[in-house]
Amino acid sequence: MPRPGAVIEVDRNTPPVLFHFGEGIRLEKLPLGARIVYPPDPLDPIAHPERAIKRALARPLEDDPLKALLRSGMKLTIAFDDLSLPLPPMAAPDVRQLVMEEVIDMAAEAGIEDLHIIAALGLHRRMTEDELRHIVGERIFSTFHPDRLYQHDGEDPENNVYIGKTAEGEDVTLNRRAAESDLVIYVNLTLVPMDGGHKSMATGLASFRSIRAHHNAKTLLASRSYMNPPDSALHHSCIRQGQIIEDTVRVFHIETTVNNHAFPAIASFMQKRETDWTAQDQAMFLATKQMTDIAPVGFKRNVFHAMRAPYGLTSVQAGQVDAVHDQTLGAVRKQLTVRVEGQTDIVTLGVPYLGPYNVNSAMNPILVVCMGLGYLFNFYRNKPVLRKGGVLILTHPCRYEFDAVQHPSYIDYYDEVLADTTDPIEIEKKYEMRFAEDPWFRQLYRKSHAYHGIHPHYAWIWAAHAMEHAGDVIFVGADRDVVHRLGFKAATTLEDAFEMAEQTVGRYPSVTHLRMPPIMLADVE
Amino acid sequence: MVKAAGGRPDVATSALSMLKLGDVPEPELPTRDWVRVRPNLSGICGSDLAAISGHISLYLDPLTSYPFVPGHEVVGELEDGSRVVIEPALGCVVRGIDPPCPRCAEGRPGLCYNVTEGPIEVGLQTGYCADTGGGWGEVLVAHPSQIHTIPEALSDEAAVLIEPFACCVHAALRGGATKDDVVVVSGAGTIGLLTVAAVKLFTPPKRLIAIAKHPTQRDLARKLGADQVIAPADVYQRVRFATGARRLDGMNRPLLLGGADVTFECVGRADSLNDAVRYTREGGTVVAVGMPGEEKVDWAPIWQRELTITGAYAYGSEPKREGKRTFDLALEAAAEMHLHELTGPLFGLGEYRDAITYAMSAGRLGAVKVAFDLRRLRA
Repeated sequence: MPRPGAVIEVDRNTPPVLFHFGEGIRLEKLPLGARIVYPPDPLDPIAHPERAIKRALARPLEDDPLKALLRSGMKLTIAFDDLSLPLPPMAAPDVRQLVMEEVIDMAAEAGIEDLHIIAALGLHRRMTEDELRHIVGERIFSTFHPDRLYQHDGEDPENNVYIGKTAEGEDVTLNRRAAESDLVIYVNLTLVPMDGGHKSMATGLASFRSIRAHHNAKTLLASRSYMNPPDSALHHSCIRQGQIIEDTVRVFHIETTVNNHAFPAIASFMQKRETDWTAQDQAMFLATKQMTDIAPVGFKRNVFHAMRAPYGLTSVQAGQVDAVHDQTLGAVRKQLTVRVEGQTDIVTLGVPYLGPYNVNSAMNPILVVCMGLGYLFNFYRNKPVLRKGGVLILTHPCRYEFDAVQHPSYIDYYDEVLADTTDPIEIEKKYEMRFAEDPWFRQLYRKSHAYHGIHPHYAWIWAAHAMEHAGDVIFVGADRDVVHRLGFKAATTLEDAFEMAEQTVGRYPSVTHLRMPPIMLADVE
Repeated sequence: MVKAAGGRPDVATSALSMLKLGDVPEPELPTRDWVRVRPNLSGICGSDLAAISGHISLYLDPLTSYPFVPGHEVVGELEDGSRVVIEPALGCVVRGIDPPCPRCAEGRPGLCYNVTEGPIEVGLQTGYCADTGGGWGEVLVAHPSQIHTIPEALSDEAAVLIEPFACCVHAALRGGATKDDVVVVSGAGTIGLLTVAAVKLFTPPKRLIAIAKHPTQRDLARKLGADQVIAPADVYQRVRFATGARRLDGMNRPLLLGGADVTFECVGRADSLNDAVRYTREGGTVVAVGMPGEEKVDWAPIWQRELTITGAYAYGSEPKREGKRTFDLALEAAAEMHLHELTGPLFGLGEYRDAITYAMSAGRLGAVKVAFDLRRLRA
């Protein structure tokens, strides 16, 4: 029986706690009385994923069995989530591959010939062939790529169609192939509650025109948090758009969830609580620490990014989008939720080497903010773990380092926009269209492997709620110039950061460390 | 030999140098209408440093007469005590040639055909002519057409920059940027900074980007009107973004498809010139303002992009300003520009080695216009 998440109070016997630090790790001693919140242990995976998938397709939720929807001569499109999840990438076979293989077999049995498979990457970067192959598997890749397995292009004027406007005035566009299909089967992998549901198609197969309806500072600031869809304006908007999509095209939704077994055996100490570390775990920690302390950044990056997570499938459900997603969210919460009593003055977080937008590349300063103040801060329900006006302390080296292929517009966003202002609303007013419509960014998004020109803005506004909520944000061990450009404070050590934080929250503050990853969802009472 | 030593200041001012400090006879008045000027301040120009360090183009050698007293950025006094700046170009009017050559007739004495003629020796400018003396001496001689009286309110420290500023006003007008253009000024020495100011004042563009290396230069470029100041290493990234261009990374250096509409090249070195012709848009204009030497520049971008490469030398009368003289335009504008903040430190002639050394590293040392102060000689 896997252990649920836990909140441990630091006493004299508590060992130092692990902090992620980009492509490095640190052990830090927390003050007496501080709380450490640990994620639940990985749930037991489904023993026979293929059988579970067949069952879900045969007994869908509020929809007909998939077999009944498939008929010869129909135009069928399968869309699937891109490499931005899960993190780290899943050890082969990816559950999306298993689902798609089953769906394709059923389509073949039904005599369907017009079948296209589209990576629903929205405004994310195009994947390389190897990355694509890793998700779909060799069989599908070699059969369908490149003519019938390809990646959505949100800037292709010919292949995106306007399909309507929501009651709130949100434009909705959709990939033309999907819009003109008799049936779209969406194959999703939900790692966190933000993923899946109507958001899958409303962002994955959409264009900037459609996505900007909810990817904006105002919506993000009204999402408390976007990790809890009922309280998320982002999700409400996606649902409205999703309803337009359902009015346009028949959608059969398949969602999968995995446990939080995020690290392979070689890094199992990252998965465990420090009190559970075996001698082997301690040795691995020391070896990893030594390596990350002295190895060149490029080498460390290669080692970390080569890591594959041994995630196990915990649920698969199919059918109507809302009914499916309801069950999916239940499964995700079951894996991630930790009950936390009350808020604290200070929250500490270690920002790891990887976020959704830097698979196989450097986590640049904007993505560090997106990961720390965006994703990690927002892993809560009800209330943030940090009290309003409290201090968020993050550990990450936060170097001035950008991947020119994947993140070209991030460089300009950092150098020009953040030099001007860090205010998400003001940035949006002044710069949104300039980045979205820059022809070079557009071309790099369409033809190379670059995130869309507007993407750094999305990464930045993902942190808008945390920026507004926190009284101060302090980065430990980071490049000072970079941190100041981002609008935050820098401290050399965690002790220094606590001292600095006292100027904001007063003496003897309460402290909570969220020991992520593996990820968790703090249900704050 | 100085050039072989890399133009190092210690060698450039050593016994090997072409530059000597000593007593020479006062220059004689070439004709009765010429006047004597006693310099108060005389700037050390990049062209002076290029000559001293051996980096100057040999093209200029036959256009110069020797020996000469350097110094063409001059504010001084006439015998009646009035303060003046000198317009150094030695064209037909100065040389008493009538009718003037076609270029002088156009009001462009810097392009005079007759720089070998008349009562003075060959020379493009005061400060490069054996007969006129120069600002780095106690007395020089000037034709009345070279004399511009300066207002009381304009300090010597500001007035010593009128000559280089006039060059930059001329360059800005030749560049002809419009309000829809993105303009780049490459280099933030005296000429670069004053070009920023001139472009901002005379041909204000949509966006004015200055390329500056040192902190003081960056601050001054902003103060003088640059909308954006960037480091040399970031030029392709920043110009691309400012212009919505596309960037291609080549084997040696990048290039932009699109780019700046007008670039003012105020460095004059191969690196900077080669960049300028790659980030200036197809059909755009590159104005060479800073005095270049013999530099290796790839002509392929100039050819393929159909760039207009134009020089901007000296001053004269500006057709785009109803034929008004560039010096007058510069003097009018200077009143509000606080140019004195750009001048200093000042050195005595006896300290010329220190002055040259300082001027050669001015940017790094936070200085812009290093000048000789000759007022001390008369005190």
